[in-house]
Amino acid sequence: MAVQALDAARLPVDWVKLVQKLALPTALFVVAYGVVPAYASGYLVEAILLPFLALSLAAVGLNLLTGYCGQLSLGSSAFMAVGAFAAYNFNLRVEGLPLAGTMILAGISAAGFGVVFGLPSLRLRGFYLAVSTLAAQFFVQWALTKFGWFSNDNPSGVISAPHLAVAGLSLDSATGRYLLSVTTVMVLTALVWRLVNSATGRNFIAVRDNETAARVIGVPVLRTKLLAFAISSFIIGIAGVLWAFTYLRTVEPAGFNLDRSFQILFIIIIGGLASIRGAFLGAAFIVVLPLFLSRLGAFLFGGLFDSGVLDMSQRIVLGALIIIFLIAEPSGLSALFDRLKRRIGSRSS
Amino acid sequence: MSYYDFLFVIEVLVGGLLSGVMYSLVAIGFVLIYKTSGVLNFAQGSMVLFAALTFVSLVERRVPFALSLLITFAVMVALGFTIERTVLRPLVNRSPMTLFMATLGLSYIIEGAAQLIWGTQVHGLDLGIDDTPFEVGGVLISSFDLLAAAIAAAMVAGLSAFFYWTRIGLAFRAVADDQFAALAVGLRLPRIWGTVWTAAGFVALVAGLLWGARLGVQFSLSLIVLKALPVLVLGGFDSILGAIVGGLIIGASEKLAEVYLGPFVGGGIEGWFAYALALVVLLVRPSGLFGQKTVERV
Repeated sequence: MAVQALDAARLPVDWVKLVQKLALPTALFVVAYGVVPAYASGYLVEAILLPFLALSLAAVGLNLLTGYCGQLSLGSSAFMAVGAFAAYNFNLRVEGLPLAGTMILAGISAAGFGVVFGLPSLRLRGFYLAVSTLAAQFFVQWALTKFGWFSNDNPSGVISAPHLAVAGLSLDSATGRYLLSVTTVMVLTALVWRLVNSATGRNFIAVRDNETAARVIGVPVLRTKLLAFAISSFIIGIAGVLWAFTYLRTVEPAGFNLDRSFQILFIIIIGGLASIRGAFLGAAFIVVLPLFLSRLGAFLFGGLFDSGVLDMSQRIVLGALIIIFLIAEPSGLSALFDRLKRRIGSRSS
Repeated sequence: MSYYDFLFVIEVLVGGLLSGVMYSLVAIGFVLIYKTSGVLNFAQGSMVLFAALTFVSLVERRVPFALSLLITFAVMVALGFTIERTVLRPLVNRSPMTLFMATLGLSYIIEGAAQLIWGTQVHGLDLGIDDTPFEVGGVLISSFDLLAAAIAAAMVAGLSAFFYWTRIGLAFRAVADDQFAALAVGLRLPRIWGTVWTAAGFVALVAGLLWGARLGVQFSLSLIVLKALPVLVLGGFDSILGAIVGGLIIGASEKLAEVYLGPFVGGGIEGWFAYALALVVLLVRPSGLFGQKTVERV
């Protein structure tokens, strides 16, 4: 009885907390579905938001595998490519398949692929595994360029993305593609968030922190690793669909190269390993940084330097940032964000 | 199989083995650093590019050959110690994955800096080695490849001698064996790491000159890191012998596969074949052919 009374006494406090807790998601929702479609310019949507959303989703996927489960993968863009090409082919060859079905099937294809290339993880650790994920990277790129079937025997190998529609509503406009992206990203992120807070998510972390210890306490290590590969690849595959269908509007193997894989890895390092919010912060950073640097370069030096110089300087800045983050803030932007929030919170109260 | 077919197989095999030595040359740089600091140095490829680009740019500015070599070496020494100071020291005691990602960032910096300083155009590099194939018993052998193999052999011999008969070599081996014990007996870890990175820089210089003479000095030179990685996992990350044997195996089987397997799948398989081969070996021996097996404790 005493316990119940105590609970009842706590209730009003919980309401406040609930409102506080729901404030941010609600605000996000309003911005994502209200403010952005109504006010954002075409440039903002096409050049920043669409790549940001696709890369965020890919980073969420990789974070699940690398951040939570501790399996370093250097082949993320291969799984993006599998997703994009699978979606293209399902859409082309299966009559009347709805868009959601295409995307799920593409994700499943990528997941199957991920399991195959995740199999070595049962035997290999650390760098040996990381290097073997490069096999996926090179094999997929080779197979997609070599066999014309994948690109429907298009001579240039570059194919345009199909018409996008949900329930008869066309989503081909910038806003339509944005809504498709943002909805997909939100749904999948919510699922991932549920997953990492479940028993499976804790198994991931146990395997990451000490595989032998995890085995000793009864975590099914092999199943956990393969599951991590499967789910992560599923998400990265769908991110690949978004990247190709909503952002680039073309599907080509060359876009999914090793640099893209590194880019996604950089996103989760800069954003923060094992943090879903970090994936979004990191992606925003990586998408905006080059735009910012080129504007800054143009502002400071005018047309003094050509684009090659600018490109190289960007590489240097990016590399330096990676190292600085690893040294000064290993938990990434996500931790920085937390600290900032705490500081503001302590000042206002 | 006729006699000429047989000769052709031998020729492909020899060509493959010799190009495998070129892979080993890059892989050795990795092994040096991995052995002593447990870091998989992804920046090795960009160090190759940096060394070759610096050298060739000096030569093009009419600096004498030997002096260019000396200056480039000095630059690599400076680079090695700078990396130790600015990247490795702040990251000491962090997980190997963190260090790996730091070298990934480092490779972006070095690549960017090399091309920012020396430009992005392709430079031809002539080492004055004449590349006419000669015939041994009906098999054509490239004299350049043979010389490269000889240089690699000399370098391995030199490195081995250095490791076994010098004081700093002994210190290297002590650090490779047990970092904490080495620290406890008073070895100065920062200096040793700086020296190791310098040695890796020297290996990168040699590899850069030979590969540069082969392919021309340009950005793609840093991509040979991707050629060296399967060699490395095949041989084991911490074995110089493994790097050599791995290079030979990968080189030979890659060429044979390209000739005999390639036509069936449409060619162009050299991009991933080495990785597939390394994977198969790894499934049997998870730490490569000569790698040290790790014992895991809770």
